[in-house]
Amino acid sequence: MSWPVANVWLIPAIPIAISLVILSLAKSRRQSAAGLAIIGQVVALALSIAGFLETLQTPSFRAVQNFTWFTFGETALRIGWVLDPLAAAMLVMIALVGLCIFIFSIGYMADDKNFTRFFAYLSFFSGAMLGVVIANSLLLLFVFWELVGLASYLLIGFWIERPRAAAAAKKAFITTRIGDMGFFLGMLWLYHSSGTLLFYDDGNGCLESVGLAMLGASATFIALLIFCGAIGKSGQFPLHVWLPDAMEGPTPVSALIHAATMVAAGVFLVARVYPLFSLGTINGVTSSSLTVVVWIGVTTALMAALIAIAQADIKRILAYSTVSQLGLMMVSLGVGGVAAGIMHLLAHGFFKALLFLGAGSVIHGCHHEQDIRKMGGLRRLMPVTFLTYAVGMMALSGVPLFFSGGWTKEEILHATAHWPKSHVPYYLVLAGVILTALYMTRQVIYVFFGSPRAASAHARESPRVMTTPLIALALCAIFFSVVLTPGWPWLHGYLTGEPAQFDIKRSIQPMLFVSLVLVAAGIGLGVLVYGRAGMPDRRRPAEVDPFEYAQPALFHFLENKMWIDELYGRTVIAFSWMSARLSDWMDRYFWDGLVRAFGRLGQLFGIFTTNVDELGINAGVDETMTGTRGLGRVMSSWHSGQIQTYLGVIAIGMLALLLLYAWLV
Amino acid sequence: MAGLITALFLVPLLGALFVGVVPKNYARGIALGCNAITAIVALTAWRSFDPGAAGLQMIERHVWIPAIGAEYLVGVDGLSLLLVLLTSLVIPFAFFAQRMERGATALMLVMQSALYGTFTSQNFVLWFLFYEMSLVPAFLLIKIWGGENRDRAATKFFLYTFLGSVAMLLAFLGIYFVRGTFDFAALAALGKNGLLTGKFVWLAFAGIFLGLAVKVPLFPFHTWLPDAYENAPTGVSMVLTGVLSKMGVYGFVRLLLPLFPNEIKILSPWLLGLAVCSIVFASLAAWAQSDLKRMVAYLSVNHLGYCMLGLFAVSASPIVAARIDTHAALSGVFMQIFNHGVTAAALFYYVGLLEQRRGLRGINDFGGLMQRTPLLCGWMSVAMFSSLGLPGLNGFIGEFLIFKGSFAITASFTAVAVIGLLVTAIVFMRAMQALFSGPLVESCSAFPDLLRSEKLVVVPVTLLMFAIGIAPQFIFNVFNTTVVQMARLFA
Repeated sequence: MSWPVANVWLIPAIPIAISLVILSLAKSRRQSAAGLAIIGQVVALALSIAGFLETLQTPSFRAVQNFTWFTFGETALRIGWVLDPLAAAMLVMIALVGLCIFIFSIGYMADDKNFTRFFAYLSFFSGAMLGVVIANSLLLLFVFWELVGLASYLLIGFWIERPRAAAAAKKAFITTRIGDMGFFLGMLWLYHSSGTLLFYDDGNGCLESVGLAMLGASATFIALLIFCGAIGKSGQFPLHVWLPDAMEGPTPVSALIHAATMVAAGVFLVARVYPLFSLGTINGVTSSSLTVVVWIGVTTALMAALIAIAQADIKRILAYSTVSQLGLMMVSLGVGGVAAGIMHLLAHGFFKALLFLGAGSVIHGCHHEQDIRKMGGLRRLMPVTFLTYAVGMMALSGVPLFFSGGWTKEEILHATAHWPKSHVPYYLVLAGVILTALYMTRQVIYVFFGSPRAASAHARESPRVMTTPLIALALCAIFFSVVLTPGWPWLHGYLTGEPAQFDIKRSIQPMLFVSLVLVAAGIGLGVLVYGRAGMPDRRRPAEVDPFEYAQPALFHFLENKMWIDELYGRTVIAFSWMSARLSDWMDRYFWDGLVRAFGRLGQLFGIFTTNVDELGINAGVDETMTGTRGLGRVMSSWHSGQIQTYLGVIAIGMLALLLLYAWLV
Repeated sequence: MAGLITALFLVPLLGALFVGVVPKNYARGIALGCNAITAIVALTAWRSFDPGAAGLQMIERHVWIPAIGAEYLVGVDGLSLLLVLLTSLVIPFAFFAQRMERGATALMLVMQSALYGTFTSQNFVLWFLFYEMSLVPAFLLIKIWGGENRDRAATKFFLYTFLGSVAMLLAFLGIYFVRGTFDFAALAALGKNGLLTGKFVWLAFAGIFLGLAVKVPLFPFHTWLPDAYENAPTGVSMVLTGVLSKMGVYGFVRLLLPLFPNEIKILSPWLLGLAVCSIVFASLAAWAQSDLKRMVAYLSVNHLGYCMLGLFAVSASPIVAARIDTHAALSGVFMQIFNHGVTAAALFYYVGLLEQRRGLRGINDFGGLMQRTPLLCGWMSVAMFSSLGLPGLNGFIGEFLIFKGSFAITASFTAVAVIGLLVTAIVFMRAMQALFSGPLVESCSAFPDLLRSEKLVVVPVTLLMFAIGIAPQFIFNVFNTTVVQMARLFA
């Protein structure tokens, strides 16, 4: 085993260790903090690339290192690391995107007073996510998974003095933890059924034939419980509510959460334990757990895309687009296109990081204004940001041929179209593609076109340290296409272990035209509807969205996120809080009331016995005492000590005796 | 090494006497000195303890009152040693947490002595003596140095636990008259084939169960606890939750489970139900508290509920149950005993720090602390995350194993218990949001951050949490053999 493979654990360990070092630094050591974090990320990237190169040597490369974490009773609990194409591809993407975001943050967070702490958290976040990717045990994956959750909590609530940020952080942690409890139960069940949590263990792992054979019918439940965790982390319906709120964190954090870490973890998890999901698949008929995945994914993709149309916050639009794209990835996994889903995840990592950082650059330029209706005309004021953002927008919309997102989306469409169970997801996904192009066009028109409005009037291009990562990510978003095309499906082959053939003719597939038409429709519709948005129309005031003008009720429904937050607030949350209050009340009054009643019973018994004592026994004794004492008093008065009285009594006695004697005789 | 165990409980007892006669200013010094000695003794015991050997070690046995079967018999197995180590850790922690008056110092030392005695005695008479001996100092400490409602809380605490003790004593007297021994090992051996016969066995079971259930406490016998913990001074709360609450769990493992295996098996659905109620309702009640100390107190009930879940699952397990599951559940329970002792004591310590600075401890009396006291917030968060079971910290190891073991044996109860894990997270998230976030509240604007002396206390405890969370083997080594032995006994 070569050095990079044997020491793959260093990839997460180094960023985490560095984050602890940074935490111990003084607040003023800003340069050391940023420097250390970036060095850690560079080293992680270098090691990831080294590991990646190792995986190229043989198709379906897989290197596993297992070791004992601890021994309880007589059982050794083993965990381990795995390096395979799935892990290696993710490693490189996470480390690379992370590095760009780290560099960008130097500029974006330059004025923040807790700069050092920010870099410590960032480094920790990245390290935890890298750990998720190379874990070879569901338990170890869960450990890093929770650490990712912790890091996101710390970073979303980074501006902790803002109540909204703190509330969003709490919401993220609790919402994802709801899913994690399902994940936890699924893990327990899996451990119980297969006897191991190792993924790969020389044929005995839970994802290998021996382990899978032991699962039987429980596999569906296990898979669905584990999927709960993915629903939470990847912001799938119905646990998606935390993701848009997470926009309260600094923008680089949003980029990290939405591109490389956190939300990617859920999709990755499903891909990692895919054998559990596909266990019930017989003769091409999808297992019931995968069917659930498809429908959850479709619902999420469409719902989020609809909501995105009616949002005004530049970051929230992107947040909902993430939710929607993650739904798309889930659909892809569900219909069997694992490689397509992961490819989209990787491509999405690049272009979504690009979009978020671009949004960060815009926000930075507009003095922390995030409302797109107050921007406009930034095309000329921030040219680099505009150009890179346009690349990101095209990639996200799925413009074919030149942008990575187009190829991966096409592949997903292809997989979905051939799903044997139903064609409904396919058509819904098609609708989602149009909507994506539509809301991205709307956003770009509002932000970059037209004439400058209130917030953007004095905008200036961001400094080099921020634009360089944008350019780098834009290049990634374009050139990543090279390995994605059907003409040379190298990445597909790399992930699935099949050799990729070069055949340029296959690049042109019917699906290419389908996606071309859909994207053109979406962008065209966007230009048509929003072309003059933000400018006063004949009838419509400038600040009113054209869609809102046409369909106010529908727009408000979408603008308010379909009132799902309110629904949860009135039902689940209200119910939980009520039960908490009820538990407290029961404790204070019912259970403790019983205890006090019991105590009072004892007290009453005490009073009763006292009274019996006082009135019954004691009174009798008292009477006797009084009688005796009275008698004593009388008797004692006889003992007066006066001789005359004694003599008198004696004389009277003698006299009485004499008289008695005389009478008797 | 002979006499180690005796030394362990004699040192604090002599220290207490000594504290009583020397001038006031020396009290703290003597107490800390005693704890240095007991720490050394405990560590020596740990070193000379053979982790591979089954059964009791370092036994000291002397005739005491042969007429009533009372023997001076002390010794340790893995579980006893674990609790001795925990006691040696938490008591000095409590002494560092709070400067106590001379009387309180002496009483704390008496309590420490009683705790060591309880965890090492292997004969009922001796054990019961120590068990009761811990009660009186705890009562007085709450009654004299406690908070607002100290009188009521102390009386409730004393009467409730004492009632339980009396029930337990009667049950044991009954057992003695039938079986003629007070020796734990002998009783356990008899328990395998039914300790008693007829209806009497249920009476004896009920007596011992009541005594221990109140002590742990197990739902619904827990209502004394929030009052007592809330009103006790910080250091005493730390010892109450850190060590005293473990006496009940210890009693379950040492007495009830080995003595009444069949009875427990019959009742197991009910007992598991009580454990799950402890977990769920206590965590929900913690959510509804506005007093920080009461909140932590309820979470103590919740965390001990996990211990009970694991124990009842073990005793409910069918004979064919895989050994890995009973081992997991028992190991998890022992791990949780230790971890909860450390973490809950730390939480009370932090609440104490906040109370010292503010004079109040309502969840809404603070706000925006992160801006003023980042170190205090940071270190306190570690304890909170440990308590909510974040992987990488100590709490997770025990909870994972308990759930692993009990899920395999009784999946439905375990699945419901998971709600407790979720609600605990909500409780701490709520607390962190209220305390640390938002704009800095006026009344907190003059808080000092962690002082040097406080850092000296906080850092080692936190490091221990990390150490157990990342590489827990050194704790498992203490009790692995005991776990295997007990699993065989209970099966």
